[in-house]
Amino acid sequence: MIDLLVISPILVPLLTLIVCLIPRISAKTSDAISLTSAGVLLACVSWLLITVVSHGTLTLRAGGWAPPFGIVLVADTLSALMLWISAFVAFVVLIYGVRSGPDALSPGHLHVLIHGLIHGLMLGVNGSFLTGDLFNLYVWFEVMLISSFILMVREGHHSQLPGGLTYVLLNLLASALFLSGAGLIYGKLGTLNLADMAAKLGALQDPDLVNTSGALIFVAFAAKAALFPFHFWLPASYHRAAPAISALFAGLLTKVGVYALLRLFTLVFTPANGFSTTLILYLSMATMILGVLGAVAQYHIRRLLAFHIISQIGYMTAGLALGGELALTAVIFYVLHHIAVKSTLFLVGGVLEARTGSPDIRHHGGFYQSSPLLALCFLIPAFSLGGIPPLSGFWAKLNLLQAGIETGRWLFIATALIVGILTLFSMIKIWNESFWKAPASDHPRPATNTGGRPFLAMLSLCGLTLVFSLGGAFVFRLAQRAAGELADPSGYLDAVLKGGTL
Amino acid sequence: MNSLLLRIAARYLSWPLLVVSLWLLYRGHNLPGGGFIGGLLAASAFMLYELSGYGRPQRGFFSISPFFFMPVGLGVAVLSALPGLLGGAFMKGLWLPGFELPLLGKVHLGTPLLFDIGVYLTVIGFILLLADTLNDESS
Amino acid sequence: MTTALAILIGLLFAAATYCLLRRNLMRVLIGILLLGHAVNLLLMSASAPLTRAPAILGADGKPIPGMADALPQALVLTAIVIGFGLSVFTLVLARSCFQGKAIDDVHDLGKEDSP
Repeated sequence: MIDLLVISPILVPLLTLIVCLIPRISAKTSDAISLTSAGVLLACVSWLLITVVSHGTLTLRAGGWAPPFGIVLVADTLSALMLWISAFVAFVVLIYGVRSGPDALSPGHLHVLIHGLIHGLMLGVNGSFLTGDLFNLYVWFEVMLISSFILMVREGHHSQLPGGLTYVLLNLLASALFLSGAGLIYGKLGTLNLADMAAKLGALQDPDLVNTSGALIFVAFAAKAALFPFHFWLPASYHRAAPAISALFAGLLTKVGVYALLRLFTLVFTPANGFSTTLILYLSMATMILGVLGAVAQYHIRRLLAFHIISQIGYMTAGLALGGELALTAVIFYVLHHIAVKSTLFLVGGVLEARTGSPDIRHHGGFYQSSPLLALCFLIPAFSLGGIPPLSGFWAKLNLLQAGIETGRWLFIATALIVGILTLFSMIKIWNESFWKAPASDHPRPATNTGGRPFLAMLSLCGLTLVFSLGGAFVFRLAQRAAGELADPSGYLDAVLKGGTL
Repeated sequence: MNSLLLRIAARYLSWPLLVVSLWLLYRGHNLPGGGFIGGLLAASAFMLYELSGYGRPQRGFFSISPFFFMPVGLGVAVLSALPGLLGGAFMKGLWLPGFELPLLGKVHLGTPLLFDIGVYLTVIGFILLLADTLNDESS
Repeated sequence: MTTALAILIGLLFAAATYCLLRRNLMRVLIGILLLGHAVNLLLMSASAPLTRAPAILGADGKPIPGMADALPQALVLTAIVIGFGLSVFTLVLARSCFQGKAIDDVHDLGKEDSP
């Protein structure tokens, strides 16, 4: 039974993908199947989260093979939290509807395929969160990426292709680097099981090549997480996908990279094993600054938001570099908050684009008057992103700054404060242009009716942000528990190598 | 493409290729072979037949769209993992008692073979779909 | 053997890097393909040192002499299959780019086009 629970986040999207591949399913049926399956997934991961919190880390040994040899899936608090938030975002994005916007006329079979691909994406994302094996991490990443590649360019608009090609090429390069790193570390240690690697690295006499493979793997995941100087692909590609798809990407894809960094650089390539985190800290600070400067200069709404992703990724990896339980807690809280907030903003951006027919915020205007609900859906995540108390972004940043003070990284604190102000500034820029100023009269408005489903989606994500803000203490305790498990991996090692509590 | 040699060769080669692909599929658990290699060989048999000018075989089993192979194959592979849950662990291999057959010797059937069949079907579907798509675009 | 393998891997990586730094898009694609081969060989080389006992033992419970570690071969097979799928996709995508706007220069990829 526990086996079935641990495998369910992989099994449910896989079965949905299979159903969506069957030819001659109508678009309406696939809509229903897809939404139901996302609901089932959400229920499964909620149950998994509850079980993990009450019983401790769960493991699944595929085929009953003993850990260093077989494939193992591990669900600890961090995995369960990430699984839950990604299932929630996927569910909400499917409520928003993948057909809104210009692709409403896409033919039926293509539409079914899109649902299949979204579940393929979830399959890869969930697999990456659950796997306890370095090579399987690569495989799950590829599952996720191949789905995202097709979703990115699926309409075949010529505007999508160049950005899509940049994205594909960079990811292929990063995967090759990751695989080289994995090969080197396997040659050194003779194992790919993360827990076994951690145990063997601690006892290793000659650490040659360990740092090499650590650096290769770091660069690979830094490219996938869009860390400076590997971030250029993100603002070139995200805004070209359909709004719902880009919201899903914005919420999940880079965060899977951050998760992988969190997992590997607290378990395997730790400072205790000779890997330096100082470089990560400086790269993160550069990422924060460059990302937000890009956002300040942009007027294309979803492109502006894409630059914000980069800047926020910097905060998360900086927390990883600071190290210690408090910083890790802050990072995990930050990731959860960021996924909720960023997906909402991309969905709002999609509605604004659909209503005005233009992605340029200088052509928007008057939405505060014409649609106060939309304004609310923008204000909550925007202020949260800008770090206004009592919203979730404030708590996330406060904890990160506290961790910075504890470790005495004053340069980081100064950077974080300046970047925070610039973030707020660019959010206010969108507010002024799209919502506050009088409607632009010179721009023709094709009346695209978005219907009620987008609002249901955006409001539920806003609700989640409010839960993170007002129920911050509860979420914070969960994050603290996850961070504790990361900071002291002995529980993880025991669960994987010895059999765990269940 | 119209070539007499290719036509004759395709007529006499595609069936043996299919049989060999099934043989590879069957022996794959303990010897070189398996679902992936078998599937590639079977797909190449189909493509050989098609490219030599006969077109896709239209009758009975072969008229199924290659797109259909993928969900069926994936489904079979997933199903093969589930019986293991009863036997103790997800994806654990379960075997029926072996029996003797002429030609093949002692036969073992079990969930790993089922998994290989799933892979076999998926690979055939994928390769044929790929060939179809590229063919359509170029003509 | 190990030396020859190391030289070969190095050459492949060098050639891949050279191709990746070209402006011509087709060369970049060739670079990615070469890089895949280099990485696969690197993975293979991880099984070369026979200092470790492989996971598969003989009938007497001892490692069979001369038997290589089977795991890297399984990894390489997986990597080849994934690489095969991705290369096909990338080639088709690149072809669409050629057909659409005759882009064959990587510098044109970054240009923001008017909607």
